Amino acid sequence: MNKNFLTFLPPVFLTLLLSLPLLGFFAQENSKDILLLQRWDWVLYATAAVFLANSVLIVLKKYPLPSFAISPPAKNLNALKALLFLGLLALPFLSSRSTIDLATLVLLYICLAWGLNITMGLAGLLDLGYVAFYAIGAYTTAILSHYYGLSFWQCVPLSGLVAAIFALVIGMPILRVQGDYLAIVALGFAEIVRIVATNWQSLTGGPNGMSGMPRPTFFGLEFGRTSSSGLPTFQDFFHIPFNSEHRLIFLFYCILGLAIIIYVVSKRLRCLPLGRAWEAMREDEIACRALGINLPRIKLSAYSIGAGIAGLVGAFFATKQGFVSPESFTFNETAMIVAMVVLGGMGSLWGICIAATFLVLLPELARGLADYRMLLFGLAMILVMRFKPNGLISVRQPTVKMS
Amino acid sequence: MRTPLLDVTDLTMQFGGLTAVDGVSFTAHQGEITAIIGPNGAGKTTLFNCLTGFYKPTQGTLLLHTADKSIRLDTLPRSHIAAKAKIARTFQNIRLFTGMTVLENLLVAQHNALMRASGFCIAGLLGLPRYRKAEQHALEKARYWLHKIDLTDKADWEAGNLPYGDQRRLEIARAMCMEPVLLCLDEPAAGLNPKESADLNTLLQDICNTEKTSLLLIEHDMSVVMNISHHIIVLEYGRRIADGTPQEIKNNADVIRAYLGEESA
Repeated sequence: MNKNFLTFLPPVFLTLLLSLPLLGFFAQENSKDILLLQRWDWVLYATAAVFLANSVLIVLKKYPLPSFAISPPAKNLNALKALLFLGLLALPFLSSRSTIDLATLVLLYICLAWGLNITMGLAGLLDLGYVAFYAIGAYTTAILSHYYGLSFWQCVPLSGLVAAIFALVIGMPILRVQGDYLAIVALGFAEIVRIVATNWQSLTGGPNGMSGMPRPTFFGLEFGRTSSSGLPTFQDFFHIPFNSEHRLIFLFYCILGLAIIIYVVSKRLRCLPLGRAWEAMREDEIACRALGINLPRIKLSAYSIGAGIAGLVGAFFATKQGFVSPESFTFNETAMIVAMVVLGGMGSLWGICIAATFLVLLPELARGLADYRMLLFGLAMILVMRFKPNGLISVRQPTVKMS
Repeated sequence: MRTPLLDVTDLTMQFGGLTAVDGVSFTAHQGEITAIIGPNGAGKTTLFNCLTGFYKPTQGTLLLHTADKSIRLDTLPRSHIAAKAKIARTFQNIRLFTGMTVLENLLVAQHNALMRASGFCIAGLLGLPRYRKAEQHALEKARYWLHKIDLTDKADWEAGNLPYGDQRRLEIARAMCMEPVLLCLDEPAAGLNPKESADLNTLLQDICNTEKTSLLLIEHDMSVVMNISHHIIVLEYGRRIADGTPQEIKNNADVIRAYLGEESA
């Protein structure tokens, strides 16, 4: 008991020490000047909260909760997946414009995280410059449509392709370095891309960005109030009244389709020799070499497939925002996507899906909490790290079974 | 008549001022188990690393004779040695893909063949019959080896969870799934108990006789070396000090001196 009491002391003391300056003082602005006020009661609350949390942890250590595994029977799981799919299909008809917008954003991030999952989760290449390929995809769409007048559906595959080619060219030198070094070099590359986009005024519009993105069409039918292509507009063709939400809903379905394609492809790739080689490379590069596996080729494939996916998503992002600027592609984005992959569980598509949903929705849903939402965000991450250190779903499914 | 498989001529490997392997020459023959022995630091593993493309030798030639042609290993790009010359190896400290299952380990070893069959993923992604057939074939081979090393029941285990002896055998089976002409084993009996060691002898002899793969073996366990090898090469300080049959080696004065120390006069 005495010993337990002692383990309380350091965290409580530390909280007290930190909260004295951080919480104890605050600034308030009145009409004339800024006042420095005190609120010592907050310090007390924080210290009490840490004290309580510590006691709970100590009790939990003594009487642990029954551990639960996230592995419900496969039959229920499939039913759950089907239900989720139907729910997503029905979503645009049941919800408001802002919800559809948010759902589209969540899907975009899920796609991005699944792309990074190939590079980082399966092949183990810590790519801290992932956002560069996202940016290249978005800018490719912007530039191709602005200067060459290409339509959205022409831009999408080209964006993916251009991002993948960039990854191949960049990957050749930088994949020679390993581990942490790769992370730093990739980080540098992402910064270069962002800085080039900021400074190449004549091509990218610099910090002002580019607007007037191509709009997706439904097999050539436009969603605008009037048509520019000579074909009837979407609403005229189907004889329904004009609604500006149509385009939004269509975009949502397009990105849902993209997500499903990425899901299926990455699931299948994992069970192919290439996917197995990715995982083997993550486990032991030297053993891979001894087995005659062409490591540079395997690395480049993982790097450029992940980048290609980011490029595709970038094209959709550009059209969703209707605007691209360098500010959308800062390191924060990469950090966010890496966090999704790590918190979700490296290699686990569903874990990553849950983590991405959570990380995108949390700041949005907690908007009411104003300044404290980032605090909540941090708390959530700490909880995952404390209780699920290997990610939400850390059980690896074998790619092949003896039967 | 013995046919030579591997000709090592005047092999030298220097790291800065240190000469780890110093002008070693020997010949390993087809269908034989050739053992390389020597005290710690004699350059055995360095020799292996030169052979399997992990190091580029400073000097000397390595010539591998296959049925239709001879391959210069020392000039072949290092990454091609395992794939093109079909030389497989195991490691002194086991290197399995510990997070993957036993069966997956054996499939990764067949990567190059499967990759070709999957049309670099296109045929595989589409699930074409050509790829399915190749995958079935690969699984068949994996099952064959699982049966041989007696791990069929543990096929779906994570390789890292296997007991030590099983891991050693799995690493050998994984190397054999490449269908090599020459298998280089770096201390396969290290850490095995006498029974496991005896089982290993049987496995290695089987590989040599049934699978027609020649073996090159680094080993300290003399019960393995003397019982199964046809031909022994002894290294000391990077030099070859003896070369002969187990019987000759046992009675070689230089070998006795290297292992037991010089008799003080």
